[in-house]
Formats: sequence, structure tokens, C-alpha cells
Amino acid sequence: MFDKESLNRIQEEKKRWEETTVKKTVAKAPERYEKFYTGSNIEVDRLYTPLDVQNIDYINDLGFPGEYPFTRGIQPTMYRGRFWTMRQYAGFGTAEESNERYKYLLSQGQTGLSVAFDLPTQIGYDSDHPLAQGEVGKVGVAIDSLEDMEILFNGIPLDQVSTSMTINAPASILLAMYIAVAEKQGVSSDKLSGTIQNDILKEYVARGTYIFPPEPSMRLITNIFEFCSKHVPKWNTISISGYHIREAGATAVQEVAFTLANGIAYVEAAIKAGLDVDEFAPRLSFFFNAHNDLLEEVAKFRAARRLWAKIMKERFKAKDPRSMMLRFHTQTAGSTLTAQQPDNNIVRVTIQALAAVLGGTQSLHTNSRDEALALPTEDSVRIALRTQQIIAYESGVTETIDPLAGSYYIEYLTDTIEKKAMEYIQKIDELGGAPKAIEKGYMQQEIQDSAYRYQQEIESGRRIVVGVNKFQIEEEPPKNLLKVNPEVEKVQRRKLENLRARRDNIAVKNALSILEEKAKTNENLMPYILDCVKTYATLGEICDTLRKVFGEYKATVTF
Amino acid sequence: MESTKTIRVLIAKPGLDGHDRGAKVIARALRDAGMEVIYTGLRQTPEQIVEAAIQEDVDVIGLSILSGAHNVLFPRIMELLKEKGAQDILVIGGGVIPHDDIPFLKQCGIAEIFTPGTPISTIVEFIKNNVRI
Repeated sequence: MFDKESLNRIQEEKKRWEETTVKKTVAKAPERYEKFYTGSNIEVDRLYTPLDVQNIDYINDLGFPGEYPFTRGIQPTMYRGRFWTMRQYAGFGTAEESNERYKYLLSQGQTGLSVAFDLPTQIGYDSDHPLAQGEVGKVGVAIDSLEDMEILFNGIPLDQVSTSMTINAPASILLAMYIAVAEKQGVSSDKLSGTIQNDILKEYVARGTYIFPPEPSMRLITNIFEFCSKHVPKWNTISISGYHIREAGATAVQEVAFTLANGIAYVEAAIKAGLDVDEFAPRLSFFFNAHNDLLEEVAKFRAARRLWAKIMKERFKAKDPRSMMLRFHTQTAGSTLTAQQPDNNIVRVTIQALAAVLGGTQSLHTNSRDEALALPTEDSVRIALRTQQIIAYESGVTETIDPLAGSYYIEYLTDTIEKKAMEYIQKIDELGGAPKAIEKGYMQQEIQDSAYRYQQEIESGRRIVVGVNKFQIEEEPPKNLLKVNPEVEKVQRRKLENLRARRDNIAVKNALSILEEKAKTNENLMPYILDCVKTYATLGEICDTLRKVFGEYKATVTF
Repeated sequence: MESTKTIRVLIAKPGLDGHDRGAKVIARALRDAGMEVIYTGLRQTPEQIVEAAIQEDVDVIGLSILSGAHNVLFPRIMELLKEKGAQDILVIGGGVIPHDDIPFLKQCGIAEIFTPGTPISTIVEFIKNNVRI
């Protein structure tokens, strides 16, 4: 972007500045540290100048919003057209209680739903399973059958909201339930919009709610891709997630690298299953973390967009530009929330949310101040939502597209993160791709090393966490935390008992045995899962049927 | 007098949540502090945890949970330890555990609950001062 002559002059002048002006100051008042780093340990110079971005070609590397390589954003007008979707992840207790919270959030100006399921649901156990003890309704809503799903969306017109569901191993089943509920509302599946997380690879790496081994899991995922491309065309069939990888301790570079490496594995699996890349790739979506280092995070989002566009175009020969667009949801970093002085978390979340918006996110969840302690109360969630609304309506950062572009530092960091992520992806390719790298524990080990280093930096005081290792105060334990009604487990057990007595058990048995037979073939399982769901077969029964055929994943443990 | 026997620790994840960043960081830090550490991996039932503790002859069990099921699972683990005559094992816990729940958990025999933000040195000190070997 600069001619050779001016670059030479800048270089000379910079040298002079360092040897005179800076030297004098540093002699009198040394800098705080010898070396400085981003939140993810990329070394940071004192000053960035055109010298650091001299290899960037504006047209090829940055381009224009809505056009390849999408560095500056995936839409031509970004937030001048429409703000990001404000989508608070919520769900707890029974379907009735969660339904009430959703209606409250919609009435407060939230623009999309995001369903949190409890752990038994995520791992495919009914509420009356022995392993479900103590877990029912705790971290999300308990869904045992279509009956619960009908209650969950009661009075919410499914053709008018978009719904994101954080569900992975049993994603096909919950999607089938959603389609069945819509059908009962008179809404056909081609009108549904929303997302299922459906990203099993990161479950093995970082989040832990896996059920089946990798191979049948990948098959279920490609079955969903194929089914949705025909019947639910507006559905985001997967949300390839770096969020949990980052939460587990990864750096920004590792977050981008491992997420895109997993993305590559899904694309390869779908192509191998006979799908055309431009048929399913436009429905792939991503999910990233927004951490504390504001500028590094903005650069991370831009780097991820550019890198994915190149991968899809060059590696997979996609032709449809929509296949090259990295569309993503963002959540602020839960692991940065502190139990100490919880109101400080509002400020952290504001900075993180700002990073997501400056990075061009398509939707956003802001965490609540009390989430290091418990699930958030209604008051806390409202403040978190208001944080997004203040950024949208008052901060002014939404009025022009990608406002930080052209900053020497931002462009340098965007470039650096992209290069370092690419190096990781090459390494993973050498190991045989993401599933193999995960099997060998490669990603897990890299993440654990980063997590340990992060903790050691806090212990040594090199990394300051306000209120935790500096500026501590004596404080009263916080009051008014949300308590999940301990009766939920009993309520769900009773519901299950009633359901099993009331439904047509022969129809259930038939549907399940057809599913079992089909699971042994190569057929797409979605239609058969949909049939099971409609007979009110429970989530646990459907998963057990598949467990019989597929077996269960056993993790290798390292630390 | 400081004992010369190496302290053996079982880090365990009861319940269904998959968040084991904390468990792994603690496991590694205790190992770096000179202890012998075994980590169970995810989704361990109280029965599995107690059995592993006895089989591995550990002096300390560190329970990590973020799912909110602590009030059900921690007491069950303490009950099983008592049944097996293994009450001398020091049991500590950590994770997302509301302050109000801590007195009940201590009543059940958990020696200490460490909430987010606790320096690892505090945990190492606590183990060294309270372990019964």
C-alpha cells in the first residue's frame, strides 16, 4: 500500500525515533516489561507502522465487504442494513419454565432464541436414567420426548423466530423434534430457520458431550447436511465451534486453527458421502469466542474469515461465493468471568462484545455477571442484553463497515494470526486430518499446554486478573443467585412414566426397530429418526437404539 | 516433621459436564508440586470414583464439577467412602459451586471447597497441611 521510497523513509525515521526520542525516555522511565504480549502470547511491538503491513495487497487481501475474501465482512452493508442477531443462550428446569424465559427475552427485544439443554439430554439419557441423577434441568432444559419440545415452543411461532440449539451428539433427534413441533403448528420445514451446533469433533477435543465414536457420528452429521439441503434449506446444519476450544484454554491462533481444521474434516466427509460442495457449504456456520484482548480478537475474526474463504475456494474448489463466507455466532468468554466482585464482569463482557461487533459477527450472546457462580438471574440477563443494545444503538461503531481496517496493528495481527493458524492446519494435515489428530490427542495436548501456561502467568502475577490477583477486596458472598427447582427431576420422571403408559407402544417399538435396521445400512437416518420422534419415542430410547449399532466413544485421558 | 512419603492424589470428574480445563490444570500443578496424580477423565459415577481411589490407594481426592449436581453427587461419594472404611482420605472439591451450598457440603465431610479464582498455591498448601499420611 506504500511505495518503496516512502517505506525507506519511514524505516530511517523509525530508527532515528528509537535511538533518540524513545531511548531518552526509556533511560529515565523504563517500560513496564521487557517484552509485551497479546492475551494469546503473540509478541507485541511498541509501535506499528506501514513497514509492518507492506506485504498486504489491498484488493487481494482485504477487498470489499460481501466479496471474496470477505476479510472486511460477509455482507455488503453489514450493520448499516441490520444489526447482528441478539441471541441469549437460555434454558433451565422444565420446558414450562424455559418457555417462560424465552417469552420474556423476546418481549425485551431479543431477536432470536438459543436453547440450552441439560446434560442428560445432550448425552442422550432420559431424565430417569441413573446417570442423570442430580443433573436434570441444571445447565439447561430437560427434553425427554416430543411432548417436552411442544411445551418448550408453546405460543412461539416457529416461522417467525430463528432458533439456535446447542446440541451435538443427538442433534439429529432434536432437529427432528423441532420439525415435528413446527408441523403441528402448521409450519412446513422449508420455512424454519435456525442452527444446530452438531459439531462432534470439538466435543472430543474440548466440550465432552459425545456419545458415539467418530465414524458413525460423522455419518449422522452428513445425513443432516443432505436432509436439510432438501427439506430445511434455511437451516444452519452445523455450527463449527471454536468457542469451547478457547474456553478449554486454547490461544486465539489455536481457536482459529482447530476450528477451521474441524471444518475441513466436515467438508471432506460430506464430499466423500457424495454431496456437492456448493450444495451444503453455504449452510455451514461457525461459533467463536470473544476474549479479553480487544484488538487481537478483532484481528482473529478477520483472519478466520479470510482463511476460510481461501480454503473453500482453493482447496475445495467451491464456486458459490456463499460457500466461502464464514458466518459466525459469538459468545463472550465465560472463562474470563470472576466469582470475585461479579459486577466487574459487566465491564469485561462489554469489551468482549465490542470485539465481536468490530469483528463483524452475525449473532452474539453476552454472558451475565453472575455466571461464575450459577446460572444467571433474569436481572443479570437483562443487563447482558442491554450491553448489546447499547453497543448497537449508542456506541457508533456500527455506522461504518469494519472500522478498524487499515490500522497497522490490526492488519499486522490479522496477517500473523492467519499465518500461524495455517501452520497448525498444515501440521494437522500431516497427522492425517482433524479426526486423526484428535485421536492422537494432538489438539488436546496443545490446548492443555496453553491452559497451563495461562494459569501459571496468573499465579506468577505476570497476567493480572482484576479482583482476583490484584485489587482484591473483602466481600460478602453474592445473594439472589438462580436456584433450579430440585423438583424438576421428579416432575420429569413423572412425565416420562405417564407418557410411556399413554403412547402407542407398539408404534414406538416398530419405529425404533426400523431405525436399528437402517442404522446398519448406509441409508440417510433422518427420515427414520423423524418417524421415531413422532411416535413419542424418548430421546434416551432413540439414542440407546443407535448405541446398540454404533457403540460408544471412549476418550483417552491425558493431562 | 514433614513426611517423606509422596502424596497420592485422585482428581475426579463426577457428573456429566465436560469442562475439565480446571481439573487438568490442577492435576498438572499438583504433579509439579511433587505429588503423584491420577486423573479419572469425564463422567465418573460416585461408585467409580470411590473404587478408583481405593484401588490406587490415594491420600487425597479432588472433585471437580461445573454442572450443578454437586449437592447430590458429593454426599454420595462421602457415603460410599464411609461404607468402604476409607474416611481417612482427604476430599476437596472445586468448580462452579454457589457459596450457600458450601456449609452443607462440608457437613457431609468435604474438607474444603475451592471456588473459581483460587490460587493453586492455596490448594497445594491446604493438601500438605491436612493430608493424613
